[in-house]
Amino acid sequence: MAPDESRAESGREMREAAAARAGIAVRPDEFQQRGGSSGEKVFELKGVDVRYSGVAAVKSIAMDVHRKDVTALIGPSGCGKSTLLRCLNRMNDLIPGAEVEGELLYHGEDLYGPQVDPVQVRKLIGMVFQKPNPFPKSIYDNVAFGPRVLGRKDDLDATVEKALRGAALWEEVKDRLESNAFGLSGGQQQRLCIARCIAVEPDTILMDEPCSALDPISTGKIEDLMIELKQEFSIVIVTHNMQQAARVSDRTAFLMVELDADEDNRWGRLVEYDETEKIFTNPKDQRTEDYVSGKVG
Amino acid sequence: MSGGPSSVTPRNRLAIAGARATTAAMLRDQPRGDVIRNAAFAGLLFLAVVIALAGLLALLIQAFVEGAPALSPDLITNPPSTIFPEKAGFRPAIIGSLQLIAGVIVFVVPVGIGAAIYLEEYADKSRWWNRLIEVNIQNLAAVPSIIYGILGLAFIVRGPLDLGFILVAGSLTLALLVLPMVIIVAREAIKAVPDSIRQGSLALGATQWQTIRSQVLPASIPGIATGVILAVSRALGETAPLLLVGATVFVTFDPTPFSPDGYSAMPVQIFNYALRPQEEFQALAFAGIIVLLAVLLVMNSFAIWLRNRYEQRW
Repeated sequence: MAPDESRAESGREMREAAAARAGIAVRPDEFQQRGGSSGEKVFELKGVDVRYSGVAAVKSIAMDVHRKDVTALIGPSGCGKSTLLRCLNRMNDLIPGAEVEGELLYHGEDLYGPQVDPVQVRKLIGMVFQKPNPFPKSIYDNVAFGPRVLGRKDDLDATVEKALRGAALWEEVKDRLESNAFGLSGGQQQRLCIARCIAVEPDTILMDEPCSALDPISTGKIEDLMIELKQEFSIVIVTHNMQQAARVSDRTAFLMVELDADEDNRWGRLVEYDETEKIFTNPKDQRTEDYVSGKVG
Repeated sequence: MSGGPSSVTPRNRLAIAGARATTAAMLRDQPRGDVIRNAAFAGLLFLAVVIALAGLLALLIQAFVEGAPALSPDLITNPPSTIFPEKAGFRPAIIGSLQLIAGVIVFVVPVGIGAAIYLEEYADKSRWWNRLIEVNIQNLAAVPSIIYGILGLAFIVRGPLDLGFILVAGSLTLALLVLPMVIIVAREAIKAVPDSIRQGSLALGATQWQTIRSQVLPASIPGIATGVILAVSRALGETAPLLLVGATVFVTFDPTPFSPDGYSAMPVQIFNYALRPQEEFQALAFAGIIVLLAVLLVMNSFAIWLRNRYEQRW
């Protein structure tokens, strides 16, 4: 049996088990290893509003994220891209006063349903943050932390190696797995965070401006990594770098800030969401055209 | 360096030299008033340090000068005596103090760290009662120690706990005294762990408790340990509360935690000897102070070393 197939088997079983624990019903053809960006939807958003302590942050977001796509969220500062991203793995629950309304389906199930446990959700939907945040432990312990809390302690060495290879970091750190993660460079730390995330074998990876704190060479390495990763994971990335969105994503969502009549309040709205090529070469909305051509924002 | 073909005429050269000289002078020149004020201010600050240290040094020097004659191994091995100062020692007091602070550590570490974790990680800080608790912990740390003695007498020795005048009662009283300090230090150590670490852990699907146990606590242990050591060194030197909860008895045997026959502690024993009229006992009291100071110095140095060695720089 080829190594990839056997990994796929156990990965699928684990994801099914994780989904069952999260209270999400799993359909038989879910999680099938299939390339390409057509096909089922990972997230379906309809009329999603997010408010922080009563103040609107985003309004009426409607979009569908497809499997094994790289979906980019672009837009000027303050338009709610990160807020929207954090809804997808319920990280907004951690912010006191955050309210999420509307319909947000994950593989057809309500992500905010009463039976759903946010902790289990985050085992299926991982996140990489803007500023690399490795734990103050060894490289090995960083990557092993996820599997350990999941209870997958057997064959940890193999899991760690696989995750580090998947993040294109193995060759650089294989001789110093016990050294402190803080000794790595910024780009390496971010790849470590990606390795940490994929060690848990999630279904989707969310990335919040993963390269904005990195130099161009590291950025390039991580962009290459994203294109490799999308063979196995669905990726949603927030980026303020339009060229990056054009380089790596399959579909792009453009968000924009809207002001109310007195210009006191501002919130984000989804202006256009389409295949990346269309957004950048032939957008439907004038505002999108203005943004991607650099006239505004 | 060469200028353009013929741009640097003699007149230009003169102008350039003049400009350079003026700039150099302006950069070097400090108004005399400023210089004097700076020096005077620095001098005053230095004087403040000298005054603070001078008082401390005077005490230390007196203690050493008076106590040196009485220093000997007998101090640690012999029990006290009213009649023979040459043979008197601090043995029961030393053992009593050690047992007291052992009891303090056993009580204060779980309760203090637990309270700090709850207040920092679980309590909803917008609720008014949590803010009230916060303010009051700061207040408790400032309450005079004799009040804790009265508290111990009323509730631990007598009252609900009714333990009697035993060493454990003294431990509990001292533990209550230093608990606010430990909670405050532990909270600071936990607060110092950046939120990005917690978010990173939670984003991997860890529960809040797993995050605290595996990420937050290990990173804050050095700070907490330092706080506990400082709290313990304070407890070691407290006299007033112990006087009220049973450490007044002049004991000649080694105390035990639950024995009803009484116990003693270093500060109380020093106090005891210092009250005596004979000079030899005075010297003994100072010798006891030297011993106590030596122990405190070692403990505090250890706390500082611990902090420097294991401190997490984010």
